[in-house]
Amino acid sequence: MNRRMMRHLYMVPYVVWILVFVITPILLVLYYSFFDIHGNFSIINYERFFTPVYLKLTINSFWYAFLITFISLLVAYPTAYLLVKTRHKQLWLLLIIVPSWINLLLKAYAFIGIFGAYGAANQFLEFIGVGARQLLFTDFSFVFVAVYIFIPFMILPIFNALNGLNPALVDAANDLGASKWTTFARVIFPLTIDGVKTGCQVVFIPALSLFMLTRLIAGNRVITLGTAIEQHFLVTQDWGMGSTVAVFLILIMFVMIRLTGFRRRGV
Amino acid sequence: MKKLLTAFFGITLVSLLLLVWIQQLNTSQGYSGTGTITVFNWGDYIDMELVERFQEETGMTVIYETFDSNEAMLTKIQQGGTTYDIAVPSEYMIEKMKEEDLLIELDHEKLPNLQYIDERFLDLSFDEGNRYSVPYFWGTVGILYNPDMLPGKTFTSWNDLWDPALKNEILLIDGAREVMGMALNSLGYSLNDTNRDHLEEALDKLNELTPNVKAIVGDENKLLMANNEAAVALVWSGDARDVMWENEALDYVVPEEGSNLWFDSMVIPKTADNVEGAHQFINFMLDPEVAAQNTEYVSYSTPNEAALNYLPEEMVTDERFYPPPELTERLEVYENLGKEMLGVYNDLFLTFKMHH
Repeated sequence: MNRRMMRHLYMVPYVVWILVFVITPILLVLYYSFFDIHGNFSIINYERFFTPVYLKLTINSFWYAFLITFISLLVAYPTAYLLVKTRHKQLWLLLIIVPSWINLLLKAYAFIGIFGAYGAANQFLEFIGVGARQLLFTDFSFVFVAVYIFIPFMILPIFNALNGLNPALVDAANDLGASKWTTFARVIFPLTIDGVKTGCQVVFIPALSLFMLTRLIAGNRVITLGTAIEQHFLVTQDWGMGSTVAVFLILIMFVMIRLTGFRRRGV
Repeated sequence: MKKLLTAFFGITLVSLLLLVWIQQLNTSQGYSGTGTITVFNWGDYIDMELVERFQEETGMTVIYETFDSNEAMLTKIQQGGTTYDIAVPSEYMIEKMKEEDLLIELDHEKLPNLQYIDERFLDLSFDEGNRYSVPYFWGTVGILYNPDMLPGKTFTSWNDLWDPALKNEILLIDGAREVMGMALNSLGYSLNDTNRDHLEEALDKLNELTPNVKAIVGDENKLLMANNEAAVALVWSGDARDVMWENEALDYVVPEEGSNLWFDSMVIPKTADNVEGAHQFINFMLDPEVAAQNTEYVSYSTPNEAALNYLPEEMVTDERFYPPPELTERLEVYENLGKEMLGVYNDLFLTFKMHH
């Protein structure tokens, strides 16, 4: 009996946290989304969301978030694979994580300098004979910087999954005559898919609502849902519309988590 | 378990110590009350020597705090907490604070120095009769450009920005009112226009500008212009002045069709604890000699007519920053268009941003 009480007691911090910081804010966002700009109850915000402006915004956000996630994965998987094989893997891992301790804004400003017309990147391009070109305020620089910022979050879960992989399984595959590619495709990758899924979630979801970078690095040539939310809360003070956009973001995130959800399979 | 407990108590102890420390630091700065006024202003927007002089003359202690956007200032004042006695919002924010009943009416009897303010800058639409605000600095919106990067090119009209030769050279401000206002002005409409057809026309015109737009940015435009990253930028005159100190090649123009006239004004928010002291401070800042010294430090345009006599000739006769009445007549203050119209402006601006 006593033990059961204790267990209930341990639940208190968790339940309170979830109620106050997760459930309530989501409900509040949902609540606000049903009010028009004059504070009257209406669904006009939802009608407005399905106009070309906001639909285009949504598709735009999706496209860039997808691109960022895909490139991160493309770089992160081989990196994590290599890291697991190196001798001082914890040290190398640390070196990859360290940049994520630096404030995002500082990193963004540093990139303005690097990608600028007279920045280091253009000096390098001149040096190798390609010639200077506009880098700042392009899709390329936006995706590049976003990938740079998100990549530690992609590498970590994949590294953990690879690190936890039993080497005996790879040996067994070799002994049974599997080629290197088959071993990777049929053994290693399926066993680390959970790491990949986690990585994709942690990158895709924040990438969907990036807003500082869209201005600093992309010069508002890339517009995402995050930009729209920021504007509605700070400039137009139309909290209803801002909340509506947020509701759709939350919905999309739920769908993404469902799609990449974990199904425990027997190993 | 033992480690967990140690960590738990360790962190608690450190937090408590820090709390005590912060408390002590706060008290050493002095309490609020009749002997103190708290001024809430933009960063680097006052000559601190004047604050010291005010303290010496009146025996009051001035606590000086800064903010970096009107919205941040509004939030802090709405929350209460600190007893701000003076704040320096921009004109559109004054209108908003008035609506939300966050301002205390000024007692003009206690502000005799108000007589020195140029009549052009009094009794404007955002605060008729200056019941709540006194102008601190003013300025315009215009074109900052680099003649070295654009040989032979001059700007007189907003329409000069649509020149195909400026492909990918223009930096715009990330503000719906500024960018839409520019387009409306270029078409000969008022920047407070609420006619839907005119606004649609302005959007079409903006979309034609897209190939020339390098980026739509915030405060970074100063850094970018100082580093010759772009040849042309739409800027506030105050920012233009700042960058022109850093990059002497730059020049600033207020287009002939007209533009925006903006103000940062002193107000007494409802959070005030020392209304008497606040009036004294405002009156002190309005003194011509004080205003002149402050203007020399901040280098924005002062609305204080009498102060101009104390300023260097070349500063006052610079028509880029002290435009003659013929031009200021064509300048307009942003009127509060109401939330709904502001929403329309913003959606149009959003559409323009997405246009490629």
